[in-house]
Amino acid sequence: MTGNTNLHEEPSYLIDTGKRKGIMAWLTTTDHKRIGLLYLWSIMVFFIVGGILGETMRTELFKPGQQFYGPQTYNAIFTLHGLIMIFLIVIPGLSVVFGNFVMPIMIGANDVAFPRLNLFAWYLYILGAAVVVISQFTGNGPPDTGWTFYAPYSTQTHTNVIAAVSGAFILGFSSILTGINFIVTIHRLRTPGMGFFKMPLLPWAIYATAWIQVLATPVIGITLLMIIAERMFHIGFFDPALGGDPVLYQHLFWIYSHPAVYIMILPAMGVITEIIPTFCQKQIYGYKAIAISSLAIAGVGYFVWGHHMFTSGMSKEAIWTFSLLTFLVAVPSAIKVFNWVATMYKGSIDLKPPLLYAIAFIFLFSIGGLTGLIQGALATDIQVHDTSFVVAHFHYIIFGGVGFAFLGAIHYWYPKMFGRMYNIRVANVAWGFLFIGFNLLYFPQFIIGIEGMPRRYFDYLPQFTWAQQISTIGGYILGIGFIILIVNLFRKNGAKATSNPWGGKTFEWQLPSPPPMENFATPPAVPDNPYDYD
Amino acid sequence: MTTEVKHITEYPVYAKVLIGLLVLTTFTILVPWLDLTAFTALIALVLASTKAGIVMTYFMHLKVEYILLKILVIMVLAIYVSVIILTFSDYIFR
Repeated sequence: MTGNTNLHEEPSYLIDTGKRKGIMAWLTTTDHKRIGLLYLWSIMVFFIVGGILGETMRTELFKPGQQFYGPQTYNAIFTLHGLIMIFLIVIPGLSVVFGNFVMPIMIGANDVAFPRLNLFAWYLYILGAAVVVISQFTGNGPPDTGWTFYAPYSTQTHTNVIAAVSGAFILGFSSILTGINFIVTIHRLRTPGMGFFKMPLLPWAIYATAWIQVLATPVIGITLLMIIAERMFHIGFFDPALGGDPVLYQHLFWIYSHPAVYIMILPAMGVITEIIPTFCQKQIYGYKAIAISSLAIAGVGYFVWGHHMFTSGMSKEAIWTFSLLTFLVAVPSAIKVFNWVATMYKGSIDLKPPLLYAIAFIFLFSIGGLTGLIQGALATDIQVHDTSFVVAHFHYIIFGGVGFAFLGAIHYWYPKMFGRMYNIRVANVAWGFLFIGFNLLYFPQFIIGIEGMPRRYFDYLPQFTWAQQISTIGGYILGIGFIILIVNLFRKNGAKATSNPWGGKTFEWQLPSPPPMENFATPPAVPDNPYDYD
Repeated sequence: MTTEVKHITEYPVYAKVLIGLLVLTTFTILVPWLDLTAFTALIALVLASTKAGIVMTYFMHLKVEYILLKILVIMVLAIYVSVIILTFSDYIFR
């Protein structure tokens, strides 16, 4: 993107220029870039905790039988692992970090539409996270329901479900406020001359995501309140003994939680769409198709929740309908994948770390997506339902997709965020560990899942030992990869970054690295094509 | 990106809307007494949706908003209606 960006003479946003200094300046900031970093640090801390919990589960599963903790502890740990990873990391994840940091700059705005609401949403996020953490140490022990809180068990277990559900409820509010903020920002604060089809594709993805956040999140909020009402006042929503219907819980839960998968993956797809043209120095293939497919995924994604419930006792008619709709949502996802590959075709490919992560995303997301079709098909789903096949599929989409896109985004915008470079060679090595470790960890779970290894089981039959041991070794390799990655990003002797180290075209690459507090002195000029490489 | 639209609604319009809402609320209270079996919930939902529509149209000024905002609201309603139909069709066929 070329054009006059009319830079300020202001110092970087990282330097405190207001009345407050140090940590107080950060905790009271309304600057979108700083709030993006507040989310980044928070998510990183939670990820380390969630990752350690995952590693302990893998260690426990290294051999059949009990190694160092019992089945109740195992149930509590996979519940907490799921709660942290889903509600604190991947649902907000890319949207709050990069939606905050780069989206306003990409549309030529100086901030989001409601900066104070933005900071308030972060405080709600921290409050929700704190309540989830408190739920682990209060009441009658940590919840053991899994992150899905399936009724009627969640309405009957003596563990501390109410506190955990309340935490998730508060996190939902944070998500809704962020969604409203981003929708209004994109509608009202685009720089003059930037129509929707002149907007870069990450803001398109953030826009589609924000709509899902606003429309779907209230459903889970109400559902979680219904659990609390049933537990506290014995109102029979879900428990058959009280006249309720447990399948209703699954409907309500997945009406939110399946679109939530698109809250996670759509910004990831937006990130990949930004990285690929930059490192191929080539115009994006099928701009409008990618933009509209984001909306199509968001739209169709509302109507496929029933594919999580094929074995729940739903009517045959509903099962067929949801299976058909599930296959339909694969179409816009495939459009994106084909367009990314077509963009790379005959491009000047520069295999820098962000592109490595983007390519890994395409590979892993494709495996995750294709194995999703096996579960979308009615007959095969019966075989693999509630097995480790689902665990593998889920992690290929969420970790291989969202996780690798997140890492790609960090490596892509890191020079812009912090004004210095990381060591490219070390970053490549970390990517290698992560890619190999990831596949060793999760691919064997597909195989033993088809053979009948149930998910969420503390123990297993001896014939699954080989795969569990490969997975555990993969988990350790993955952990080493993360240690290398974090050390590389935290080293302070990186070279100073130029304003545009990768040769990108969107507005953020026209600003200094790191950008000034107020991004643009006057609105930047908008070119016809945001990816004008040719 | 958009021009501001200034519009003042007359008080009599608000008064009529208020009376309309009170009448619909009365119907909402009466419906369970009529014992319409399975239709009770349906009629209650229709009445509630009508009241919400009136509030959005007049009190939230949707009537005088620009066309894009109206389309977005209609889209949201269409999604919610579809979700409700899909959910309850499962109960009908089960």
